[in-house]
Amino acid sequence: MISRREFLQASLAASTILGASGLSRWSRAMAQQSLTQDQLLQFEPLGNVTLIHITDIHAQAMPIYFREPEINLGVGEAKGRPPHVTGADFLKMFNIEPNTPDAYALTYENFTDLAKSYGKMGGMDRVATIVKAIKAERPDALLLDGGDTWHGSMVALKTKGQNMVDVMNTLGVEAMTSHWEWTYGQDRVNEIVDGLPFPFLGANIFDAEWDEPAYEPYKIFERNGTQIAVIGQAFPYMPIANPGWMFPDYSFGIREERMQAMVDEVRAKGVDLVVCLSHNGFDVDHKMASRVKGIDVILTGHTHDAIPEPVLVGETILIASGSNGKFVSRVDLDVRDGKMMGFRHKLIPIFSDVIEPDKEMTDVIMGHREPYKAELEEVVGETNSLLYRRGNFNGTWDDLICEAMLSEQDAEIAMSPGVRWGPSLIPGQKITMEDVLNATSMTYGENYRTEMTGELIKTILEDVADNIFNTDPYYQQGGDMVRVGGMGYHIDVSKPIGERISNMTLLKDGSDIDPARNYVVTGWASVNEGTEGPQIWDVIADHLRKIKTVDLKPNDSVVVTGV
Amino acid sequence: MTMTRRDALALAMGGVAASMLPLPALADAGADAIAKFTGGADAAMGDGVTLTAPEIAENGNTVPISVDAPGATEIAVFATGNPTPDVVTFKFGPLAGSQMASTRIRLSKTQDVIAVAKMADGSFVQAKSTVKVTIGGCGG
Repeated sequence: MISRREFLQASLAASTILGASGLSRWSRAMAQQSLTQDQLLQFEPLGNVTLIHITDIHAQAMPIYFREPEINLGVGEAKGRPPHVTGADFLKMFNIEPNTPDAYALTYENFTDLAKSYGKMGGMDRVATIVKAIKAERPDALLLDGGDTWHGSMVALKTKGQNMVDVMNTLGVEAMTSHWEWTYGQDRVNEIVDGLPFPFLGANIFDAEWDEPAYEPYKIFERNGTQIAVIGQAFPYMPIANPGWMFPDYSFGIREERMQAMVDEVRAKGVDLVVCLSHNGFDVDHKMASRVKGIDVILTGHTHDAIPEPVLVGETILIASGSNGKFVSRVDLDVRDGKMMGFRHKLIPIFSDVIEPDKEMTDVIMGHREPYKAELEEVVGETNSLLYRRGNFNGTWDDLICEAMLSEQDAEIAMSPGVRWGPSLIPGQKITMEDVLNATSMTYGENYRTEMTGELIKTILEDVADNIFNTDPYYQQGGDMVRVGGMGYHIDVSKPIGERISNMTLLKDGSDIDPARNYVVTGWASVNEGTEGPQIWDVIADHLRKIKTVDLKPNDSVVVTGV
Repeated sequence: MTMTRRDALALAMGGVAASMLPLPALADAGADAIAKFTGGADAAMGDGVTLTAPEIAENGNTVPISVDAPGATEIAVFATGNPTPDVVTFKFGPLAGSQMASTRIRLSKTQDVIAVAKMADGSFVQAKSTVKVTIGGCGG
């Protein structure tokens, strides 16, 4: 029987697409020839410094499907600018032919068919192969992890992040920054950090009581006779977007003046290159790059954007390396006399059926999975619908989660957090507990049931909407809109806070939401301490065992205007 | 969820209620306080004073801020959306090594915080920062 690898090479060669000029560097090669590991790695070396960036893996150690967003609206200056370009517009902007491997990796259209052709992406053993190959060519390459690494799967939750710590240590990471790491609690974070063979950087992590720096802000590496400063920037809104009671001794924030001070400090020490390893989110980094002087490269993270070309802001380049292990960025730099004279970049897509797994890494991953094998593989249902989350408004995974909560908790309205993690499932797939936890696992997954007035529900929607659609990126927290079940609403993204949400309707009877009436609301991932309820993944599993097969109807309950 | 969430929301809800008040009344409270400090003189926006405050407060009840105005004799801080906008006035004597100070302030809701510095020549300069007080919840 033909292997997937052989199949891909044969089919791609047969469906050669001779595109117009200017195809992005790797898509032309792939479209015209075949998809091979060597093609994915092909790179004409440049200069004397190589950075390897991976970020927002969300503990996806195994290959996954991950559908990129259909709706990713930019407001203010970010409107129409990457990453706020999707689908056909994205393909056009980067000269990518539809239905090619890079179209599949970077956009959403025709996702199910392409997923069947090109297979799953990611897998940390495939990532290890790519990293090793780059390091074989460039032994001094610096491997940096942008954070959101330890959280996001059943095995990570069960081992309190240990599986991913072992994976990243094996991979040879040399510095990281953080976000969801903190949801294991500050004691667990510090326990892991004490044993890490590399620094856990965060120039913006402060002691909450004394407002003094709490973690190493930067590390200076010497490579090829070049001094490289890597400054870490953790997710700025930790205690607001995630439960602050889990890390009460720390304060975060953008702290732009602190970033400038750190850049000035390392420049004064005579470094040749300044790299910011950031978990700010793309738009925040874009603004920071325009205001903080002296950063050569920002390796961005948090907002899960995969952009095939560097984005230039002044003299700073921004590199966006996607999420979930789908991509690894290689950035070659020509650094001379303390200046970045040139760069060459490639966003390497990790096609799991094309890249040979690294045996050593496979063993690390499988060793951690072994104790939980039966739980991971338990089938709780199957889906006829494409299940995905990523996008500004409800994804199908969220519709399923809201439906499960409404049904299991006998509630009128359901709310599900607009996180950007959670891989996709394609029609025909069985749904395992591993899949359910990939979309929901966290240390505060209790599914609550409570009552809220209509006025309070509107306040919540307005507040979350302002975290996404505030025209000043420094006021954005980087998630997507809270997902709602049982209720429809209109949102005008161009309006200020308090005026975006209207036409709130209870779907079961079509009635307007009454500001004064109490509604039975169910939800999960509350940031408040002491929230009670069953874990959300158990609620979803119970629901799936009853319905057996997922067949979702299109959801048009959110009407978006002002785009 | 029930109690704690509601408690946390109290701040944001306060914001919604307050924004329904006639706006001029609110604006006046802050402007009046500043006018009282400057004696009615104009305070231009300028580089002479730096106000450092978080964009989004981690806790509206205790928001760290700092002010810095080299050469100033006084720096006053105003929380324009608080019931009492005057927060603090720092006075610097001739022997002060620097003209900077930091403290923590309480903010009732999302609002502009304004620092006004009185310079040695009697002129005034101001800096403004919007601090958002939010319920938070869904970071990606």
